[in-house]
Amino acid sequence: MELLLTPLHREHLALGAKMIPFDGFDMPVQYTGIIDEHMAVRERVGLFDVSHMGEIELHGKDAVRFTDYLVPNYVAGMRDGDIKYTQLCYPHGGQVDDIFVYKVSDEYVLLVVNASPEYSVKDFAWIHSHREGFDVTVSNRSIDYGQVALQGPMSPALLEPLFHGPVSAAELGRFKFVKGTIFNCDVLVSRTGYTGEDGFEIYGDAADIVTIWRGLLQAGKDYDIKPIGLGARDTLRFEVCYWLYGNDIDENTNPLETGQGWTVKFEKDDFIGKAALLEAKQRGLTRKLVGLHVPTGGIARTGMEVKKDGRTVGRITSGNYCPSLKKVYAMAMIDLPHTDVGNSLAVGIRGRDVPAELVEMPFIVPFNKR
Amino acid sequence: MYPTDVRYTKTHEWARLEDGMVTIGITSYASEELSDIVYVELPDVGDTVEEGGAFATLESVKAVSEVYSPMAGVIGGANLQLQDEPGLINEEPYGKGWIAKLKPGDTAPLDDLMDAEAYDKYVESERGA
Repeated sequence: MELLLTPLHREHLALGAKMIPFDGFDMPVQYTGIIDEHMAVRERVGLFDVSHMGEIELHGKDAVRFTDYLVPNYVAGMRDGDIKYTQLCYPHGGQVDDIFVYKVSDEYVLLVVNASPEYSVKDFAWIHSHREGFDVTVSNRSIDYGQVALQGPMSPALLEPLFHGPVSAAELGRFKFVKGTIFNCDVLVSRTGYTGEDGFEIYGDAADIVTIWRGLLQAGKDYDIKPIGLGARDTLRFEVCYWLYGNDIDENTNPLETGQGWTVKFEKDDFIGKAALLEAKQRGLTRKLVGLHVPTGGIARTGMEVKKDGRTVGRITSGNYCPSLKKVYAMAMIDLPHTDVGNSLAVGIRGRDVPAELVEMPFIVPFNKR
Repeated sequence: MYPTDVRYTKTHEWARLEDGMVTIGITSYASEELSDIVYVELPDVGDTVEEGGAFATLESVKAVSEVYSPMAGVIGGANLQLQDEPGLINEEPYGKGWIAKLKPGDTAPLDDLMDAEAYDKYVESERGA
Protein backbone atom coordinates (compact mmCIF):
# COMPACT_ATOMS: atom_id res chain seq x y z
CA MET A 1 0.00 0.00 0.00
CA GLU A 2 1.30 3.46 -0.84
CA LEU A 3 2.28 5.47 2.23
CA LEU A 4 0.29 8.57 3.14
CA LEU A 5 2.12 11.86 3.55
CA THR A 6 1.37 14.49 6.17
CA PRO A 7 1.18 18.14 5.03
CA LEU A 8 4.65 18.56 6.61
CA HIS A 9 6.34 15.79 4.61
CA ARG A 10 8.44 18.16 2.50
CA GLU A 11 9.57 20.02 5.64
CA HIS A 12 10.94 16.77 7.08
CA LEU A 13 12.85 15.98 3.90
CA ALA A 14 14.27 19.51 3.80
CA LEU A 15 15.42 19.12 7.43
CA GLY A 16 17.25 15.91 6.50
CA ALA A 17 15.05 13.60 8.57
CA LYS A 18 15.33 9.83 8.32
CA MET A 19 11.91 8.61 7.25
CA ILE A 20 10.16 5.35 8.16
CA PRO A 21 6.72 3.88 7.49
CA PHE A 22 4.48 4.19 10.56
CA ASP A 23 0.76 3.38 10.75
CA GLY A 24 0.44 3.84 7.00
CA PHE A 25 2.33 7.18 6.90
CA ASP A 26 5.86 8.08 5.80
CA MET A 27 7.08 9.73 9.02
CA PRO A 28 10.34 11.19 10.39
CA VAL A 29 11.97 8.82 12.91
CA GLN A 30 14.81 11.25 13.69
CA TYR A 31 16.43 14.47 12.49
CA THR A 32 19.73 14.71 14.40
CA GLY A 33 19.58 11.72 16.76
CA ILE A 34 17.04 10.13 19.05
CA ILE A 35 18.87 10.78 22.34
CA ASP A 36 19.70 14.36 21.36
CA GLU A 37 16.05 15.03 20.48
CA HIS A 38 14.81 13.27 23.61
CA MET A 39 16.95 15.47 25.87
CA ALA A 40 15.89 18.63 24.01
CA VAL A 41 12.27 17.94 25.01
CA ARG A 42 13.12 17.02 28.63
CA GLU A 43 15.32 20.11 29.06
CA ARG A 44 14.01 22.74 26.63
CA VAL A 45 11.41 22.41 23.88
CA GLY A 46 10.74 20.29 20.80
CA LEU A 47 8.27 20.31 17.93
CA PHE A 48 6.60 17.15 16.59
CA ASP A 49 4.58 16.54 13.45
CA VAL A 50 1.61 14.54 14.68
CA SER A 51 -0.58 15.19 11.66
CA HIS A 52 -0.87 11.43 11.20
CA MET A 53 -3.17 11.31 14.22
CA GLY A 54 -6.88 11.03 13.41
CA GLU A 55 -9.68 13.50 14.17
CA ILE A 56 -13.28 12.35 14.19
CA GLU A 57 -16.04 14.88 14.76
CA LEU A 58 -19.42 14.04 16.28
CA HIS A 59 -22.14 16.60 15.65
CA GLY A 60 -25.77 16.56 16.74
CA LYS A 61 -28.14 16.65 19.68
CA ASP A 62 -26.84 13.30 20.97
CA ALA A 63 -23.10 13.94 20.46
CA VAL A 64 -22.38 13.68 24.20
CA ARG A 65 -24.77 10.79 24.90
CA PHE A 66 -23.32 8.89 21.91
CA THR A 67 -19.72 9.42 23.11
CA ASP A 68 -20.75 8.18 26.56
CA TYR A 69 -22.00 4.99 24.90
CA LEU A 70 -18.73 4.56 22.97
CA VAL A 71 -16.25 4.99 25.85
CA PRO A 72 -15.90 3.75 29.47
CA ASN A 73 -15.01 7.19 30.91
CA TYR A 74 -17.58 9.87 31.88
CA VAL A 75 -18.39 12.33 29.13
CA ALA A 76 -21.71 13.79 30.32
CA GLY A 77 -20.06 15.72 33.15
CA MET A 78 -17.45 17.35 30.94
CA ARG A 79 -17.54 21.11 30.50
CA ASP A 80 -16.91 22.80 27.18
CA GLY A 81 -13.15 22.96 26.73
CA ASP A 82 -12.47 19.81 28.80
CA ILE A 83 -10.41 16.85 27.55
CA LYS A 84 -10.51 13.28 28.83
CA TYR A 85 -8.39 10.20 28.15
CA THR A 86 -10.38 7.02 27.50
CA GLN A 87 -10.74 4.06 25.15
CA LEU A 88 -12.98 2.57 22.54
CA CYS A 89 -13.68 -0.97 23.72
CA TYR A 90 -15.01 -3.99 21.90
CA PRO A 91 -17.96 -5.83 23.49
CA HIS A 92 -15.44 -8.39 24.82
CA GLY A 93 -13.56 -5.61 26.68
CA GLY A 94 -10.48 -5.47 24.45
CA GLN A 95 -9.55 -2.12 22.93
CA VAL A 96 -10.27 -0.75 19.47
CA ASP A 97 -8.02 2.20 20.39
CA ASP A 98 -7.15 4.60 23.17
CA ILE A 99 -8.41 8.10 22.46
CA PHE A 100 -8.88 11.64 23.75
CA VAL A 101 -12.36 13.18 23.99
CA TYR A 102 -12.54 16.96 23.42
CA LYS A 103 -15.88 18.42 24.52
CA VAL A 104 -16.45 21.43 22.27
CA SER A 105 -20.15 21.92 23.08
CA ASP A 106 -23.25 19.91 23.98
CA GLU A 107 -23.71 19.17 20.29
CA TYR A 108 -20.09 18.83 19.17
CA VAL A 109 -17.47 16.36 20.43
CA LEU A 110 -14.04 15.92 18.83
CA LEU A 111 -12.36 12.52 19.19
CA VAL A 112 -8.60 12.39 18.67
CA VAL A 113 -7.60 8.85 17.73
CA ASN A 114 -4.43 7.04 16.77
CA ALA A 115 -3.20 7.00 13.21
CA SER A 116 -4.02 3.98 11.12
CA PRO A 117 -3.87 3.37 7.38
CA GLU A 118 -6.42 5.26 5.26
CA TYR A 119 -6.62 8.17 7.72
CA SER A 120 -7.80 6.32 10.84
CA VAL A 121 -10.56 4.53 8.93
CA LYS A 122 -10.48 1.74 11.55
CA ASP A 123 -11.73 3.99 14.37
CA PHE A 124 -14.08 5.84 12.06
CA ALA A 125 -15.72 2.64 10.80
CA TRP A 126 -16.13 1.40 14.37
CA ILE A 127 -17.74 4.62 15.60
CA HIS A 128 -19.87 5.07 12.49
CA SER A 129 -21.27 1.54 12.77
CA HIS A 130 -22.70 2.28 16.25
CA ARG A 131 -24.54 5.54 15.50
CA GLU A 132 -27.95 3.86 15.05
CA GLY A 133 -30.51 5.30 17.48
CA PHE A 134 -28.49 8.47 18.16
CA ASP A 135 -29.09 11.90 16.67
CA VAL A 136 -25.49 12.31 15.57
CA THR A 137 -23.38 12.63 12.43
CA VAL A 138 -19.94 11.08 12.43
CA SER A 139 -17.30 12.74 10.22
CA ASN A 140 -13.76 11.54 9.68
CA ARG A 141 -11.85 14.83 9.42
CA SER A 142 -8.36 13.30 9.73
CA ILE A 143 -7.26 14.46 6.29
CA ASP A 144 -8.46 18.04 6.90
CA TYR A 145 -6.55 18.58 10.14
CA GLY A 146 -2.84 19.20 10.53
CA GLN A 147 -1.42 18.78 14.01
CA VAL A 148 1.84 19.64 15.72
CA ALA A 149 2.90 19.03 19.32
CA LEU A 150 5.02 21.61 21.13
CA GLN A 151 6.53 19.88 24.16
CA GLY A 152 9.05 20.67 26.86
CA PRO A 153 9.43 22.95 29.90
CA MET A 154 9.97 26.04 27.74
CA SER A 155 6.91 25.51 25.55
CA PRO A 156 4.56 27.80 27.57
CA ALA A 157 7.02 30.70 27.37
CA LEU A 158 7.49 30.12 23.65
CA LEU A 159 3.79 29.85 22.80
CA GLU A 160 2.58 32.65 25.11
CA PRO A 161 3.35 35.64 22.82
CA LEU A 162 2.37 33.77 19.64
CA PHE A 163 -1.08 32.54 20.59
CA HIS A 164 -4.09 34.85 20.62
CA GLY A 165 -7.26 33.56 22.24
CA PRO A 166 -9.74 34.01 25.09
CA VAL A 167 -7.21 32.45 27.48
CA SER A 168 -3.45 32.90 27.24
CA ALA A 169 -1.40 29.82 26.40
CA ALA A 170 0.46 29.87 29.71
CA GLU A 171 -2.80 30.09 31.67
CA LEU A 172 -4.51 27.26 29.83
CA GLY A 173 -5.13 24.41 32.29
CA ARG A 174 -3.88 20.84 31.91
CA PHE A 175 -6.33 18.79 29.82
CA LYS A 176 -8.13 21.94 28.65
CA PHE A 177 -8.35 23.37 25.16
CA VAL A 178 -9.22 26.68 23.60
CA LYS A 179 -9.66 28.10 20.10
CA GLY A 180 -7.61 31.04 18.87
CA THR A 181 -5.05 32.07 16.30
CA ILE A 182 -1.32 31.66 15.80
CA PHE A 183 0.56 33.29 12.88
CA ASN A 184 -2.92 34.45 11.72
CA CYS A 185 -4.09 30.83 11.39
CA ASP A 186 -7.17 29.51 13.21
CA VAL A 187 -6.19 26.79 15.64
CA LEU A 188 -7.40 24.69 18.53
CA VAL A 189 -4.74 24.50 21.24
CA SER A 190 -4.79 21.92 24.04
CA ARG A 191 -2.55 21.58 27.09
CA THR A 192 -1.79 17.94 26.41
CA GLY A 193 1.00 15.75 25.13
CA TYR A 194 2.67 12.36 24.96
CA THR A 195 6.04 13.15 26.54
CA GLY A 196 5.54 13.64 30.29
CA GLU A 197 6.63 17.27 29.91
CA ASP A 198 4.51 20.41 29.88
CA GLY A 199 3.31 21.30 26.41
CA PHE A 200 0.61 21.83 23.85
CA GLU A 201 -0.98 20.10 20.91
CA ILE A 202 -1.99 22.49 18.17
CA TYR A 203 -4.67 21.54 15.64
CA GLY A 204 -5.07 23.57 12.49
CA ASP A 205 -6.25 23.37 8.93
CA ALA A 206 -3.96 21.03 6.98
CA ALA A 207 -3.29 23.94 4.60
CA ASP A 208 -2.04 26.14 7.49
CA ILE A 209 0.17 23.66 9.29
CA VAL A 210 3.35 24.41 7.31
CA THR A 211 3.04 28.09 8.34
CA ILE A 212 2.58 27.06 11.97
CA TRP A 213 5.48 24.55 11.85
CA ARG A 214 7.91 27.01 10.29
CA GLY A 215 6.77 29.84 12.56
CA LEU A 216 7.28 27.81 15.73
CA LEU A 217 10.72 26.57 14.63
CA GLN A 218 11.73 30.15 13.82
CA ALA A 219 10.34 31.67 17.03
CA GLY A 220 11.78 28.76 19.02
CA LYS A 221 15.36 29.50 17.97
CA ASP A 222 15.81 31.57 21.13
CA TYR A 223 15.04 28.43 23.09
CA ASP A 224 17.19 26.15 20.91
CA ILE A 225 14.06 24.32 19.75
CA LYS A 226 14.47 21.05 17.81
CA PRO A 227 12.19 19.14 15.49
CA ILE A 228 11.55 15.75 17.10
CA GLY A 229 10.99 12.44 15.32
CA LEU A 230 9.00 9.35 16.22
CA GLY A 231 12.09 7.71 17.78
CA ALA A 232 12.25 10.25 20.60
CA ARG A 233 8.45 10.42 20.76
CA ASP A 234 8.61 6.74 21.70
CA THR A 235 11.43 7.03 24.29
CA LEU A 236 9.76 10.09 25.86
CA ARG A 237 6.37 8.41 26.24
CA PHE A 238 8.05 5.19 27.37
CA GLU A 239 9.93 6.76 30.31
CA VAL A 240 6.63 8.03 31.73
CA CYS A 241 4.87 4.75 30.84
CA TYR A 242 2.20 6.23 28.59
CA TRP A 243 0.65 3.32 26.69
CA LEU A 244 1.35 2.77 23.01
CA TYR A 245 -1.59 1.20 21.21
CA GLY A 246 -0.47 -1.92 19.36
CA ASN A 247 2.31 -2.59 21.89
CA ASP A 248 1.13 -2.15 25.49
CA ILE A 249 -2.57 -2.28 24.73
CA ASP A 250 -4.54 -3.84 21.90
CA GLU A 251 -7.72 -5.70 21.01
CA ASN A 252 -6.79 -8.49 23.43
CA THR A 253 -6.07 -6.36 26.51
CA ASN A 254 -8.78 -4.80 28.60
CA PRO A 255 -8.21 -1.47 30.38
CA LEU A 256 -8.40 -3.04 33.85
CA GLU A 257 -5.24 -5.13 33.43
CA THR A 258 -3.16 -2.36 31.87
CA GLY A 259 -3.48 0.27 34.60
CA GLN A 260 -6.11 2.22 32.64
CA GLY A 261 -8.79 1.14 35.13
CA TRP A 262 -9.20 4.68 36.52
CA THR A 263 -10.86 5.62 33.23
CA VAL A 264 -13.52 2.88 33.48
CA LYS A 265 -16.67 4.10 35.22
CA PHE A 266 -18.97 1.19 36.01
CA GLU A 267 -21.53 3.57 37.60
CA LYS A 268 -22.27 4.82 34.10
CA ASP A 269 -25.21 3.66 31.99
CA ASP A 270 -24.41 1.07 29.37
CA PHE A 271 -21.29 1.54 27.26
CA ILE A 272 -19.74 -0.82 24.74
CA GLY A 273 -17.75 -3.45 26.64
CA LYS A 274 -19.30 -2.72 30.06
CA ALA A 275 -20.69 -6.22 30.68
CA ALA A 276 -17.41 -7.92 29.74
CA LEU A 277 -15.32 -5.50 31.83
CA LEU A 278 -17.64 -5.92 34.84
CA GLU A 279 -17.37 -9.68 34.52
CA ALA A 280 -13.56 -9.47 34.24
CA LYS A 281 -13.47 -7.32 37.37
CA GLN A 282 -15.72 -9.65 39.36
CA ARG A 283 -13.87 -12.76 38.19
CA GLY A 284 -10.57 -11.12 39.14
CA LEU A 285 -7.66 -10.15 36.94
CA THR A 286 -5.32 -12.87 35.69
CA ARG A 287 -2.45 -10.64 34.53
CA LYS A 288 -1.17 -7.10 34.80
CA LEU A 289 1.01 -4.63 32.95
CA VAL A 290 4.14 -3.98 35.03
CA GLY A 291 7.49 -2.24 34.84
CA LEU A 292 10.86 -4.03 34.70
CA HIS A 293 14.41 -2.79 35.15
CA VAL A 294 16.84 -4.79 33.02
CA PRO A 295 20.36 -3.91 34.26
CA THR A 296 22.41 -6.11 31.91
CA GLY A 297 22.22 -8.11 28.70
CA GLY A 298 20.81 -5.61 26.24
CA ILE A 299 17.44 -4.07 25.48
CA ALA A 300 14.32 -6.06 26.33
CA ARG A 301 12.16 -5.51 23.26
CA THR A 302 8.50 -6.06 22.34
CA GLY A 303 7.50 -9.72 22.26
CA MET A 304 10.41 -11.12 24.30
CA GLU A 305 9.49 -13.70 26.94
CA VAL A 306 9.51 -12.89 30.66
CA LYS A 307 10.32 -15.88 32.86
CA LYS A 308 10.24 -16.95 36.49
CA ASP A 309 12.40 -19.97 37.37
CA GLY A 310 12.67 -20.84 33.68
CA ARG A 311 8.91 -20.81 33.09
CA THR A 312 7.31 -18.19 30.83
CA VAL A 313 5.06 -15.87 32.87
CA GLY A 314 4.57 -13.03 30.39
CA ARG A 315 5.87 -10.95 27.52
CA ILE A 316 7.54 -7.59 26.99
CA THR A 317 5.10 -5.07 25.48
CA SER A 318 7.58 -2.16 25.19
CA GLY A 319 11.22 -1.92 26.15
CA ASN A 320 13.96 0.56 25.55
CA TYR A 321 17.01 2.39 26.72
CA CYS A 322 15.80 5.39 28.72
CA PRO A 323 17.98 8.36 27.71
CA SER A 324 17.11 10.44 30.81
CA LEU A 325 17.93 7.57 33.18
CA LYS A 326 20.67 5.94 31.08
CA LYS A 327 19.17 2.55 31.93
CA VAL A 328 17.12 -0.13 30.20
CA TYR A 329 13.52 -0.54 31.31
CA ALA A 330 10.57 -2.48 29.95
CA MET A 331 6.83 -2.75 30.28
CA ALA A 332 5.53 -6.30 30.35
CA MET A 333 2.21 -8.14 30.63
CA ILE A 334 2.78 -10.65 33.43
CA ASP A 335 0.68 -13.37 35.07
CA LEU A 336 -0.79 -11.95 38.29
CA PRO A 337 1.09 -14.13 40.85
CA HIS A 338 4.40 -12.58 39.75
CA THR A 339 3.48 -8.89 39.68
CA ASP A 340 4.75 -7.66 43.07
CA VAL A 341 7.30 -4.84 43.00
CA GLY A 342 10.73 -6.21 43.92
CA ASN A 343 10.13 -9.58 42.28
CA SER A 344 13.13 -11.05 40.46
CA LEU A 345 12.27 -12.23 36.96
CA ALA A 346 14.25 -12.87 33.77
CA VAL A 347 13.93 -11.78 30.14
CA GLY A 348 15.00 -14.00 27.26
CA ILE A 349 17.25 -11.80 25.10
CA ARG A 350 18.95 -13.53 22.14
CA GLY A 351 18.77 -16.99 23.69
CA ARG A 352 19.98 -15.91 27.12
CA ASP A 353 17.93 -15.29 30.27
CA VAL A 354 19.01 -11.98 31.80
CA PRO A 355 17.82 -10.68 35.18
CA ALA A 356 14.91 -8.25 35.40
CA GLU A 357 13.59 -6.62 38.55
CA LEU A 358 9.95 -5.65 38.82
CA VAL A 359 9.76 -1.92 39.59
CA GLU A 360 7.14 0.80 40.02
CA MET A 361 5.81 2.58 36.96
CA PRO A 362 6.35 5.20 35.67
CA PHE A 363 10.14 5.17 35.35
CA ILE A 364 10.15 8.98 35.29
CA VAL A 365 7.38 10.96 36.98
CA PRO A 366 5.48 13.18 34.50
CA PHE A 367 5.95 16.93 35.04
CA ASN A 368 2.42 17.47 36.39
CA LYS A 369 3.02 14.95 39.22
CA ARG A 370 6.56 15.99 40.15
CA MET B 1 35.60 10.70 2.86
CA TYR B 2 36.47 7.31 4.45
CA PRO B 3 39.90 6.66 6.05
CA THR B 4 42.42 5.13 3.66
CA ASP B 5 44.43 3.22 6.27
CA VAL B 6 41.71 0.57 6.74
CA ARG B 7 39.85 -1.88 4.44
CA TYR B 8 36.07 -2.31 4.25
CA THR B 9 33.44 -5.07 4.09
CA LYS B 10 30.06 -5.09 2.37
CA THR B 11 28.46 -5.43 5.82
CA HIS B 12 30.04 -2.07 6.81
CA GLU B 13 32.90 -3.19 9.04
CA TRP B 14 36.42 -1.78 8.74
CA ALA B 15 39.59 -3.82 9.38
CA ARG B 16 43.17 -2.71 10.03
CA LEU B 17 46.17 -5.07 10.04
CA GLU B 18 48.84 -4.23 12.62
CA ASP B 19 51.61 -6.56 13.80
CA GLY B 20 49.76 -9.66 12.66
CA MET B 21 46.54 -8.68 14.51
CA VAL B 22 43.42 -7.32 12.75
CA THR B 23 41.45 -4.59 14.53
CA ILE B 24 37.76 -4.49 13.53
CA GLY B 25 35.10 -1.81 13.97
CA ILE B 26 32.07 -0.50 12.12
CA THR B 27 32.19 2.33 9.61
CA SER B 28 30.97 5.86 10.18
CA TYR B 29 28.19 5.14 7.69
CA ALA B 30 27.02 2.12 9.73
CA SER B 31 27.23 4.00 13.03
CA GLU B 32 25.18 6.88 11.61
CA GLU B 33 22.58 4.47 10.26
CA LEU B 34 22.29 2.76 13.66
CA SER B 35 22.55 6.07 15.58
CA ASP B 36 22.92 6.28 19.37
CA ILE B 37 24.46 2.90 20.20
CA VAL B 38 23.53 2.16 23.82
CA TYR B 39 24.58 -1.45 24.36
CA VAL B 40 27.44 -3.60 23.09
CA GLU B 41 27.82 -7.35 23.49
CA LEU B 42 31.52 -8.19 23.06
CA PRO B 43 33.20 -11.52 22.31
CA ASP B 44 35.50 -13.23 24.81
CA VAL B 45 39.21 -13.52 24.16
CA GLY B 46 39.87 -16.95 22.68
CA ASP B 47 36.48 -17.21 20.91
CA THR B 48 36.77 -18.75 17.46
CA VAL B 49 35.21 -16.74 14.64
CA GLU B 50 34.22 -17.94 11.16
CA GLU B 51 34.62 -15.85 8.05
CA GLY B 52 31.39 -13.83 7.82
CA GLY B 53 30.40 -14.92 11.32
CA ALA B 54 28.82 -12.55 13.84
CA PHE B 55 31.13 -11.88 16.79
CA ALA B 56 29.55 -8.86 18.48
CA THR B 57 26.07 -7.33 18.87
CA LEU B 58 25.27 -3.64 18.89
CA GLU B 59 21.99 -2.19 20.08
CA SER B 60 20.76 1.29 19.39
CA VAL B 61 17.50 2.79 20.60
CA LYS B 62 16.05 1.82 17.24
CA ALA B 63 17.52 -1.55 16.38
CA VAL B 64 19.79 -4.52 17.00
CA SER B 65 22.73 -5.11 14.66
CA GLU B 66 25.41 -7.81 14.41
CA VAL B 67 29.08 -7.19 13.67
CA TYR B 68 30.53 -9.70 11.19
CA SER B 69 34.12 -10.81 10.85
CA PRO B 70 35.74 -10.40 7.44
CA MET B 71 37.89 -13.48 8.09
CA ALA B 72 38.23 -16.59 10.21
CA GLY B 73 40.38 -16.34 13.32
CA VAL B 74 40.56 -16.22 17.08
CA ILE B 75 39.54 -13.21 19.19
CA GLY B 76 42.69 -11.66 20.67
CA GLY B 77 41.11 -8.67 22.39
CA ALA B 78 37.87 -6.74 22.88
CA ASN B 79 37.31 -3.05 23.60
CA LEU B 80 35.97 -3.26 27.16
CA GLN B 81 35.65 0.52 27.34
CA LEU B 82 32.56 0.16 25.12
CA GLN B 83 30.67 -1.55 27.94
CA ASP B 84 30.54 1.75 29.83
CA GLU B 85 30.73 4.04 26.80
CA PRO B 86 29.01 2.38 23.82
CA GLY B 87 28.57 5.87 22.31
CA LEU B 88 32.30 5.83 21.43
CA ILE B 89 31.30 3.83 18.34
CA ASN B 90 29.24 6.81 17.17
CA GLU B 91 31.80 9.39 18.22
CA GLU B 92 35.02 7.75 17.02
CA PRO B 93 34.16 4.74 14.89
CA TYR B 94 37.73 4.34 13.55
CA GLY B 95 39.50 5.18 16.82
CA LYS B 96 38.31 4.66 20.39
CA GLY B 97 35.19 2.97 19.04
CA TRP B 98 37.03 -0.11 17.74
CA ILE B 99 35.26 -3.33 18.71
CA ALA B 100 37.64 -6.32 18.73
CA LYS B 101 41.05 -7.60 17.65
CA LEU B 102 41.40 -10.85 15.75
CA LYS B 103 44.33 -13.22 15.20
CA PRO B 104 43.66 -14.19 11.61
CA GLY B 105 44.31 -17.66 10.25
CA ASP B 106 45.09 -16.40 6.74
CA THR B 107 48.37 -14.60 6.01
CA ALA B 108 46.88 -12.04 3.60
CA PRO B 109 43.43 -11.61 5.11
CA LEU B 110 42.57 -8.09 3.93
CA ASP B 111 43.25 -8.49 0.22
CA ASP B 112 39.65 -9.28 -0.67
CA LEU B 113 38.23 -6.25 1.14
CA MET B 114 37.38 -2.87 -0.41
CA ASP B 115 39.62 0.17 -0.19
CA ALA B 116 38.18 3.57 0.81
CA GLU B 117 37.34 4.58 -2.75
CA ALA B 118 35.55 1.31 -3.53
CA TYR B 119 33.66 1.47 -0.22
CA ASP B 120 32.55 5.03 -0.92
CA LYS B 121 31.09 3.89 -4.26
CA TYR B 122 29.51 0.89 -2.56
CA VAL B 123 27.77 3.10 0.06
CA GLU B 124 26.53 5.43 -2.66
CA SER B 125 25.02 2.48 -4.54
CA GLU B 126 23.35 1.26 -1.33
CA ARG B 127 21.93 4.70 -0.61
CA GLY B 128 20.51 4.88 -4.11
CA ALA B 129 18.93 1.44 -3.82
